[in-house]
Amino acid sequence: MADLLQHLINGLATGTIYALVALGYTMVYGVLKLINFAHGDVMMVGAYLGYAAAQKLGRTAQSSFLGVLLIFLAAMAGCALLGLAIERFAYRPLRAKPRLTSLITAIGISFTLEYGFQLDFGPLPGAAPRAFPEIIKATEWFVIGDGDVVIWNWQVISLLVAVALMLTLQYLVFRTRFGKAMRAVSFDHRIAALMGIPIDRVIAITFMLGSALAAGAGILYAIKDTAIHPLMGLYVGLKAFVAAVIGGIGHVPGAVAGALLLGLVEEFVVGYTASSWRDAVAFGFLIIVLLVRPEGLFGRVSAEKV
Amino acid sequence: MDSAAVRVSSAIPTGLRGLAPFLIAIPILAALQLAVNEMPFLVYIASIVGVNIILAVSLNIVNGMTGQFSIGHAGFMAVGAYIAGKFSLQLRDVAISALPIALSDQILLVAALLIGGSCAALCGFIVGLPSLRLKGDYLAIVTLGFGEIIRVIVQNTEAFGRALGLSGIPQRASFFMVYFWVFLTIVVARRIAASTHGRSLWAIREDEVAAESMGVNTTGYKVRSFVISAFFAGVAGGLFAHFVPIINPGSFTFVKSIELVVMVVAGGLGSTTGSILAAIVLTLLPEAMRSAFIALSGGQASLAQKVDQIRMPIYGILLVLLMLLRPQGLFGNREIWDVLPRWFARRRKGT
Repeated sequence: MADLLQHLINGLATGTIYALVALGYTMVYGVLKLINFAHGDVMMVGAYLGYAAAQKLGRTAQSSFLGVLLIFLAAMAGCALLGLAIERFAYRPLRAKPRLTSLITAIGISFTLEYGFQLDFGPLPGAAPRAFPEIIKATEWFVIGDGDVVIWNWQVISLLVAVALMLTLQYLVFRTRFGKAMRAVSFDHRIAALMGIPIDRVIAITFMLGSALAAGAGILYAIKDTAIHPLMGLYVGLKAFVAAVIGGIGHVPGAVAGALLLGLVEEFVVGYTASSWRDAVAFGFLIIVLLVRPEGLFGRVSAEKV
Repeated sequence: MDSAAVRVSSAIPTGLRGLAPFLIAIPILAALQLAVNEMPFLVYIASIVGVNIILAVSLNIVNGMTGQFSIGHAGFMAVGAYIAGKFSLQLRDVAISALPIALSDQILLVAALLIGGSCAALCGFIVGLPSLRLKGDYLAIVTLGFGEIIRVIVQNTEAFGRALGLSGIPQRASFFMVYFWVFLTIVVARRIAASTHGRSLWAIREDEVAAESMGVNTTGYKVRSFVISAFFAGVAGGLFAHFVPIINPGSFTFVKSIELVVMVVAGGLGSTTGSILAAIVLTLLPEAMRSAFIALSGGQASLAQKVDQIRMPIYGILLVLLMLLRPQGLFGNREIWDVLPRWFARRRKGT
C-alpha cells in the first residue's frame, strides 16, 4: 500500500514536469500544425541558463526566494528569445512549404542544440553532466509512517509552480484579446489574417510562451534530477510530445491530463519491473493510444478537407 | 549506371533482359574483390559505405518515393543485425560438408541475412499496418518510438547480450557480398520507381487524398513500401554484424536514424542516386577529415575527437540550411540514369 502511494506521488511529480513541456508542444501545434521537435532541447537550454544564473548569483543568493525567482525569470526570458529566434529564422521562411520541410528543420535544430551543447570549447558546456546547484534544499515535507511514503518539498513546489503556470496559460488563452487571436489563428490562419489579426506576431508570441514554459520545466527537472546534461531534453521532449498526443494534440487541458497519466503509467511500470524499461513505456503507451483512439483522449476527429 | 545495359538488351531475349545488369555486375564485383583482397582497412571502410548506401537507398523508398517520414530506420537495422548475428553465432561451427568451407560460410551468411531481413520486414509490417493510417508527423513519432522500443528490448534481453552486445560473430561479410547487396538494393529501388507500383507511390507522395480518390490503395502501398524498406535495412544490419567486431545497442540509436535521414534528405527525397551519393560523401567525409586532422596535428588524437564531436551539430545545421535553401536536396527527383543519356544525346547533337 505504501509502495502504491509513493509511486502515485512520484508519478504525479514527474507528470507535472511533462505537463509543462507538453503545453508548449500543444500550443505550437495548435497555431502552426507543426511538431516542434526542438522543444525538449529548448527545455535543456533553459536548465543551462538557470544553472548559469545560479552560478552568477553565488551560493547564498541562489537559494533565497528572490534568487530562485530571478533564476526562473532569467531562464524563461532567455528561452523565450531562443524560441523567437528559432521561429523567425527556421520556421517562418518555411511556413508556406510542405509540412515535411518544417519537420525536418525541427529535427535539424534539435540536433544542433543537442550536439552543439556537447562541444567543449568557448562558452559551450561539454558533454559531461553537471551538478545543478541546490537552489531549493530538498527536505521531507510530509512523511507517513516510518518513512514509507515521503513527499519531498520540491515535489510540492514543482506541482505548485506547474499549476500556477498552467492557470496563467489558461487565463491567457481563454480570457484575453491575445488568446482570442491565438485561437483564431489556430482555427484557420488564413481567415484570421484576413480579419486583421497579425498572425506573424501571434505565432511568434506563442513560440515565446511555449519556450518560456519549457525553461520553467527545465529548471524543475534539474532540481528533481540534481544534474543537467545536453541530452536531457531528448527523452523528456519526446515523452512530453507523447503526453500531448495522448491528451489530444492542440488541446490545453488534454496535454496536462495526458502528461499526468503518462507520468503515473511510467512510474508504475518502472516501479514494478525494472528502470531499464523506462524509455520504452512511453512509446508503447503512445502506440496503444494511437491504435485505439488516434485523436487522443480529448481531441476531436477532424476529416481532411480538400 | 546501366543505361548501356538497356541498349544492349534489345539483342537479348525478353525473358533474360531483367538479368542483364546482374550478368554485368557480378564479374565486375568479383574482379574488384580480387583487387582489394589484401587491403583490410580499405575493405572495412568500403563495407561501412556499402551498408550506409543500402540503408539510405532503402529509407529513400519510404521517405522519398512514398513521402512518408520514418525516423526509426536504425530499429530495423538493429533487428536484422541481432537476428542475423545470433543465427551465425549459433551456427558458428557448422559447415555444409559437401561444399568447400568458404562457400559454405557464404551460403550460411546469405541464409542469416535473409532471416535477419525477413524478421526486419515482419517488424516493418507490424509497425506499418496500424501506423501508416496515421499522417506524417504521427508516423514519424511512431517509427521513432518503434526504434527506441527495439533498442530497449535488446538492452533487456539476456540472449542479445544486453548493453554489452554480441561479439564473436564470424566475420564472413566480404567486399563482394556487401556490394552485391548494394547492387541488389539499387536495382530493386530503381525497378520499383519505374513500375506501376512506383507510380502509385509517387501519387501517394504528391497528394494522398487525390491518390486515394483515383483508386490507389494507399494503405496497402504504404505498408508494402515499408516492408521492402525494412527488409533491406535488416539485410544491411546483418551485413554490418558480420564485419564489425561487436554490435551493441549503441550502434542503433536515434542518432543513426537521423544520420540516415540526413543522407536521404541531402541527396534529394526520391532520388536513389542522391541517396547513394550522400551516403558515400557523408560516410567518407568525417573519416577523411579525421585522418587529415590527425596528420595536420602531428598525431594528436584530441583534435580528431573534436572533429567527431563537431560532425553532429554540422549535420543539424546542414539539415536546416538544406530545407531553407534547397528543400528538394541535391538531386531533387532526378536520377543519374535519366539525366546522363539525355546529356550525352545533347552533346552528340552539338547543341
